[in-house]
Amino acid sequence: MQLTNRSKQVSFKEMTVAEKIYFPAIVKGMAVTFSHLFKKRPTIMYPEQKREYAAVYRGQHVLKRDDNGAERCTSCGMCAVACPAEAITMESGERKKGEEHLYREEKYAKTYEINMLRCIFCGLCEEACPKEAIFLTDRIVDAEYERDTFIYGKDKLVEKMDKRIDVTKRQTPEVLAFKKIPGLKHNELYTGKLEKGKH
Amino acid sequence: MLEFVIYKTIICVVIFAVSLGIAAYSTWWERKFAGLLQDRWGPSRAGWAGLLQPLADGGKMLFKEEIIPNVSNKFLFVLAPGLFIITAIVAGVLIPWAPPLKIGDTFYPLQIADVNVGVIFLLAVTSIGVYGVMIGGWSSNNKYSLLGAIRASAQMISYELAMGIALIALIISAGGTLSFSEIVKQQDEGVANIVWQPLGFLIFFVCALAETNRAPFDLAECETELVGGYHTEYSAFKLGLFLFAEYINMFVSSAVMAGFYFGGYNFPFAHEFYDKMGWQEGSWLISLTGFFIYFIKTLIFISVFMWIRWTIPRFRYDQLMNLGWKALLPLSLLNLVITMVYEYFRGNLQF
Repeated sequence: MQLTNRSKQVSFKEMTVAEKIYFPAIVKGMAVTFSHLFKKRPTIMYPEQKREYAAVYRGQHVLKRDDNGAERCTSCGMCAVACPAEAITMESGERKKGEEHLYREEKYAKTYEINMLRCIFCGLCEEACPKEAIFLTDRIVDAEYERDTFIYGKDKLVEKMDKRIDVTKRQTPEVLAFKKIPGLKHNELYTGKLEKGKH
Repeated sequence: MLEFVIYKTIICVVIFAVSLGIAAYSTWWERKFAGLLQDRWGPSRAGWAGLLQPLADGGKMLFKEEIIPNVSNKFLFVLAPGLFIITAIVAGVLIPWAPPLKIGDTFYPLQIADVNVGVIFLLAVTSIGVYGVMIGGWSSNNKYSLLGAIRASAQMISYELAMGIALIALIISAGGTLSFSEIVKQQDEGVANIVWQPLGFLIFFVCALAETNRAPFDLAECETELVGGYHTEYSAFKLGLFLFAEYINMFVSSAVMAGFYFGGYNFPFAHEFYDKMGWQEGSWLISLTGFFIYFIKTLIFISVFMWIRWTIPRFRYDQLMNLGWKALLPLSLLNLVITMVYEYFRGNLQF
C-alpha cells in the first residue's frame, strides 16, 4: 500500500572515495548553514511588533454597552448555557428606579465572571447572546501569577465608554442590516421617557 | 628591574582581562551566531542586541545554589574547575599579540612570555587542560561524569599525537624554531605558513576542535547520551567556570591557529604599507595595526568554530577513534614526510 508517492528506494551501495573523505560533504553542509545567515527571519518581536489579527479573532471578551452607556446584558444566562467549558457564571439583579441609564432592561447582571483558564475561546457565548452584549475581541488575555486573577469580573469585562471597542467587523451583513430596521425594540436607545406598551 | 615588573604586570593584566572578556562575549556570539544560522535572531532582550546577556548569565551562575554531592571527593571536586580554567588561561601566555613596541630605546614584545620552546610548552599545557575534565568527572562519583571524563581523556590522547606531528612539520617548514614569536615573525614576508602546510593546517584544525571539546567532538559532555558529561554534578559558579574555560580554550586555540598558520599580526604587503604610512619600526601605530589584524583573525577562527558546531552532528565514539588513529595520524605522518623531503631538497634540512 502506498499513501504518498514520496517513498524512496534505499540503497546500500559502497561509498565513493569522495564520500569517504567526508570533507566535500562537510564543506557543502557548511555552505548550507552559511546561506541561512542571509535568509529572512520569520521572528516577530512580540511586544514591540504584533502579528496582524483577523477581524474575527477570538480573544478576550467584552461586555458591550449601548450608545448611551447602558449595559446591554440582561443576565439571561444563554451564554453560560452555551459555554462548553462552563467558564461563565453570573448573578442577576433587578434594575431600580433611576438606574435606567446604567442598565438597558429591567434585569441585569449583578456579577458576571468568566474564568479565563477554563475558557476555550470558542465564541459560542457570542453566538448565543440575543442582546448583542458579549463579544470576543482581538485582545490577548494577559499572563498572571495567581490563578484567581484569571477570573475576570465585570470590572474587566464591561467596556469603558471612553475606550469603546468596535465590534462591527465581527457582525455579519445580515445583523448590521437588521440593526438599521426602525421600530424594533432591540435597536432603540433609552431616551429617558419610553412609550408605554412598547416594553 | 622595576620597569620590567611594571611592563609584565600591565601586559599580564591586559591579556587576562581581554581573555576573560572575549570568553564572556564568545558565549553571546555563540548564541547570536547560532540564532542567525538557524533563521532566528538569538539573544535580543538584555541590552541592545542582547549585549548584556553574558552579564545576566554570569549573575545567574553566581547566585545559583552551589551543590557539592555528598559522595564526591570534595577536594578534587572543588579543584577541578579551577585547574581547568587556569590551564586554559596559561596557554594564552605565549601568544605574541602585536609587533614589539619601542619605548625609549628598548623594544617591548607584546607577549607575556617568549618561551623558546613555546610549541612544546603549548602542547604540555593543553594536555594538562584535560586533567580538569578528568578530575572533575572522576571526583563527581557519577557514572555519566566518569564516562564523560574517560571519553575526554581518550580523545585528548588520540588527537594530541596527530596534532604534535602536524606541528613538527610546521616547525620544519618554519625554519626549525620552537618559539611562538619566531614562528609568527618568520611569516612577515607576507607568505603565511598555510601556503606550505595546507594539510598540516587541516589536521591541526581538526585536532584543535577535538582538544577544545567543541562540536563535532564534544563527546565528553554530550547531553543526549551523558546528561551533562563530566560536569553533570556541577552547579552554580563551578559549572560557570567549566563553561567559561571552554570558551577561553577556544579563544586561545583560535589565536594559536591564526599565529601558526595565518601569520598572526602580519598581513600581505605589511612592510610596504608601513613604509608608505611612514611608520618607524617599533611605532605604537604598527603595534596597534598588528594587534587588530591578529585579533580579527582570531575572531574569524572563533566564528568558524561556532559555524562548524552548528553544522556538523556529533561523532560517535568509534568514529572519533577511527578518525583520530586511522585517518589523522597517518595523514600527519604523510604530511611530515612530504615536508621533510621538500625541505631537504631546498637545502633547509641537514641530516
